[in-house]
Amino acid sequence: MLRNLLNNIIFQSVFLMTTLILMGIFIPNWLVFVVTKAIAYGLVGLGIITLMRGGLVSFGQGFVFGIGGYSAGLLGVHAGLTDAILLLFISFIVTGLVGLIIAPLLARYRDIFFAMLSLAFSMVLYGILIKIDAIGGSDGFVLPESTYFGIKPTTDYADYVLYVVSILVAGFVSILLRYYYNSTPGLIALAVRENELRVEYLGSSAFKVAVLNFTIAAGLGGMGGALNGIALGHIDPEFTYWTTSGEFVFISILAGYLSVPAVFLAALLLELVRSFSGRYFPDTWQLILGVFLILSIIFIPSGIGSFFKNFFDTFSKNKKS
Amino acid sequence: MLDISNNLLSAKNINKSFGAVIAANDVNIDIQKGEKVSLIGSNGAGKTTFMNMVTGYLKPDTGNIYFKGEEITKLNPRIITQKGISRSFQIPQIFEPMSAWENLLVALGTSKQKNSFFKDARSKNNARYIDEMLERFSLNEFAHRQVSELPGGVRKLLDIAMALVRKPDILLLDEPTSGVGAEEKYPLMNTLAKALSGEDLTVIFVEHDMDIVQNYSDRIIAFYQGAVIADGNNQDVLNDKKVKEYVTGKTQVKAKS
Repeated sequence: MLRNLLNNIIFQSVFLMTTLILMGIFIPNWLVFVVTKAIAYGLVGLGIITLMRGGLVSFGQGFVFGIGGYSAGLLGVHAGLTDAILLLFISFIVTGLVGLIIAPLLARYRDIFFAMLSLAFSMVLYGILIKIDAIGGSDGFVLPESTYFGIKPTTDYADYVLYVVSILVAGFVSILLRYYYNSTPGLIALAVRENELRVEYLGSSAFKVAVLNFTIAAGLGGMGGALNGIALGHIDPEFTYWTTSGEFVFISILAGYLSVPAVFLAALLLELVRSFSGRYFPDTWQLILGVFLILSIIFIPSGIGSFFKNFFDTFSKNKKS
Repeated sequence: MLDISNNLLSAKNINKSFGAVIAANDVNIDIQKGEKVSLIGSNGAGKTTFMNMVTGYLKPDTGNIYFKGEEITKLNPRIITQKGISRSFQIPQIFEPMSAWENLLVALGTSKQKNSFFKDARSKNNARYIDEMLERFSLNEFAHRQVSELPGGVRKLLDIAMALVRKPDILLLDEPTSGVGAEEKYPLMNTLAKALSGEDLTVIFVEHDMDIVQNYSDRIIAFYQGAVIADGNNQDVLNDKKVKEYVTGKTQVKAKS
């Protein structure tokens, strides 16, 4: 019975969320902020691994990250909408719809063509955003302070409240995604990754799988962008720049596509490497990041997620025996 | 109006060329429900091209293909599969990193009209069905092994089992014994025949081994340079002069001896 409980997706997620929320009370404020940012990036990374499970990698998730961030920012500034949870939800819907619109075009391409086309979308958006002075041009603009169900937390607690919200959102999304990955459509996506033609000959559409996964990835990317914008209190066109998209790919490669929690861990590692390198090696932090990625690819080619998967597989086998 | 109502599958005046190579030359074939038909011919005779056109991978340059009276000439493989024509491949098209069990699970998932996003694919009902399929194809012992590690004959059977999950009306098998050792061929075909027995199924298979052709089909269609040179019961086709000359090569062998 205990093993069944430990194997339960919801129990695992609730346990992890509770632990992290409690930990947030004791960890320093800078770390609370780093974890929140890592969750924002992790949400985008989750989108990319959803695509990776269907055999695609997007180099342009900055596109939806930017749209999500700007949606939250513009709604805050111009519509007076400051509720963080509502903004995250709206950003998910808006970018999901954008994803659904462009997915049929992108889903016709594979491999590097898909990746580069997605990158092209993000760069076009970047080019547009830096030219629009009404929304701050290349400087971007400041977001109003967030509220939660009409309550505005004091400055001392603002970061922690957003941290709690981001953990709850990430946990909820993770549960849904794990259900999706374990479902028949999730399994078919993995089959598409391996042999698209065979999937078609079995009567399923690889195109539909790509559209669905891109739409999910877009929604998550937008939500991540909104969370990042809210956490920083600022949004600018860098959200859509190709280096930002590169960081999401970095997270996804480091995590691998086998595990959901691994994505957040990878995002946290990225944030920590960036924070420490930026502090102690301000001019060479990309070098540190590059070396870190090379070592990851050499020593854990299937990503951190392979450790998680091996652990749970062993756990399940022990349970059966 | 063409009368194709009595045929399960009809190919009418099919022509297909790849540059100067004629892969189908005015091919006319009618297949009735329940037939076990083998397609024979030397390499490049047009057997696999015919199969690829029936399953939508290739489109004929001219001519039409009908299934249950409905034209399917321009449909894609997915739609044709959904309509009831499944196939296996000369080189098994299976999902290499997955186990045999998971491969069948994917096949089962694709065969369903609707799949829930929140229901575990490894449900008890699905598991029971897959275990039955594995049993039927004598694949139980390989169920949880990664398919990339499996021997050729087992991979062939799995490929066919996956095609059968959808319960098609027609099953096309592209060289089911190719790449399989001589001693494995009959056990594989026996397993296959046993697995297919009791199914209301029409089987069309491409095969080079004439003993297998005689033992497992009740009708033979012989191809040569894209054209059908003989079509009928086993005895008639294998004794046909053109078939002996261009396909089985027995006339030549006799002449030499």
